[in-house]
Amino acid sequence: MIRADIALDVPGFCLRSAFEIPASGITAIFGPSGAGKTLLLRSLAGLERGARGRIEMNGRTWQDDDRGVFLRAHERGIGYVFQEPSLFNHQSVRRNLAFGYERTPAAARTVQWDRAVALLDVGALLERAPATLSGGERQRIAIARALLASPGLLLLDEPLAALDAGRKREILPFLAAAQRELAIPMILVSHQMEEIAALAGHLVLLQNGTVLANGPLAATLARVDLPIAQDDDGGVLIDAVAAAHDARYHLTQLDFPGGRILVPLESLALGTAVRLRIRARDVSLALSPHEDSSILNRVAATVVEFAATANPANVLVRLDAGGSPLLARVTLRSREQLRLEPGSRVWAQVKSAALVG
Amino acid sequence: MNALSPDDWSAVGLTLTLAAVVTALLLLAGTPIAWWLARSRSRWRAAVSAVVTLPLVLPPTVLGFYLLVALGPQGPLGQLTQRLGWGLLSFHFSGLVIGSVLYSLPFVVQPIRNAFVAMGERPLEVAACLRASPLDAFFRVALPLARPGLLAAAVLGFAHTLGEFGVVLMVGGNIPGATRTLSMQIYNHVEALEYPQAHWLAGGLLAFSFLTLLTLYRLEAGRGAPARLF
Repeated sequence: MIRADIALDVPGFCLRSAFEIPASGITAIFGPSGAGKTLLLRSLAGLERGARGRIEMNGRTWQDDDRGVFLRAHERGIGYVFQEPSLFNHQSVRRNLAFGYERTPAAARTVQWDRAVALLDVGALLERAPATLSGGERQRIAIARALLASPGLLLLDEPLAALDAGRKREILPFLAAAQRELAIPMILVSHQMEEIAALAGHLVLLQNGTVLANGPLAATLARVDLPIAQDDDGGVLIDAVAAAHDARYHLTQLDFPGGRILVPLESLALGTAVRLRIRARDVSLALSPHEDSSILNRVAATVVEFAATANPANVLVRLDAGGSPLLARVTLRSREQLRLEPGSRVWAQVKSAALVG
Repeated sequence: MNALSPDDWSAVGLTLTLAAVVTALLLLAGTPIAWWLARSRSRWRAAVSAVVTLPLVLPPTVLGFYLLVALGPQGPLGQLTQRLGWGLLSFHFSGLVIGSVLYSLPFVVQPIRNAFVAMGERPLEVAACLRASPLDAFFRVALPLARPGLLAAAVLGFAHTLGEFGVVLMVGGNIPGATRTLSMQIYNHVEALEYPQAHWLAGGLLAFSFLTLLTLYRLEAGRGAPARLF
């Protein structure tokens, strides 16, 4: 468990964040720019000397100003990946990677050299100079370098923000694999829902320096009272399993507790667990299972609650589909025409669903 | 024909020794000062900056005069050195060293400070997040990254000390083999109307200084990371 209660004042901004998050898996810190995400991450790392409060990691106190405890960054046993790769340009890639590795006592090494080099696929780059590498390669080195210090917690500050979309997709699997195989808890700061959906299991929502919500990712995304649900991109995550392939129509069937979803053919082994992202704007509602519609995916669901949206023409509807939450964005007019109320039985028509990891 | 007399050679040797000793001391003293100036947020920073830069604008004779007084029998430093059993340092090689260190300080502190400022906080934060203590990070990251600045500082400190005249004259006098430096020797030759000898020494110093700076700038241009001298 990671417990933090942090206050930090910088010119023009106040950070007042208290939260408790699991010390396992990937926790995403999400929020609009200017929400204080980076300041919060730097405070956790011990890089902000002005930060006051308490930080505790698995029972070990990193900071407690009431008792005068402050472990400096190098004493916290963390890894930190900055937005820019920040490699030491005066050293080769190999020396960069060795920097933290050599400073980790052999007995404390949880990440072996060959393992990290293979996971991030940087073996071919070892003798190169950082200045000769591409942006994606540099960030992979930075991640490998942080992992090789065998951190008890890896902090990632928008590690993919400086990369183009193609490079991002190239690095995402590396991060997911590193988390899975090395079991190092990570905190990922991001303002890209795509990244978070693909990687995280827990979510902390930050706004104006305070914690707006803190909980398991899927459950938090399904809350209609939070601003992320209102975003144009707002939607839910559903854990599903690849159940069948349809070679004739080039479709893959994914089963989840509330039903099934067909997506364009994916090369997945049957039984593979996948994560589906369904945006509220891609879900429409009907009272009957319209067999005459071109929409493939229809899921039986029950209306749970409504929330107003910033646009007064729309309402946000939270549905329950056999235990899986769904969000739908429909017009106010449709809501009244269909006489939708909490408890109404509906068919959710899902226009598109994306596999995220 | 013998262009340089034994006296000239002795002045050349003394000057090179002086410049080498002074450069070494300046790097040792100037690096921490530059580090502090680059990173401290203390309210004393402006004052310390001004003091370190003073020799740049002060006539060397003024600095030399105060040093002469301070190092003399009645001066605070003179009394200290006498009590320590070192005798008086004025009119002595060590007096020249002290004078030259003070006089060349800004030439060494400035480029190192610029290098530390240019690298920013980030490399040190990265090092800290890779388990390096601040001291470790200073020696293994900050100093190597500041190498162009350190090189520029060493060259400038050395070259500037070679040509020092005013402070040497005030603190050290003109004692052959002890405090008679190259610039004193040129002055003596000119006083004695020995222009050819003055030419040899002055021309040599000019050529040496030019070549040093040329090499430095060439080196930096080749690296693509120019050290800002000023």
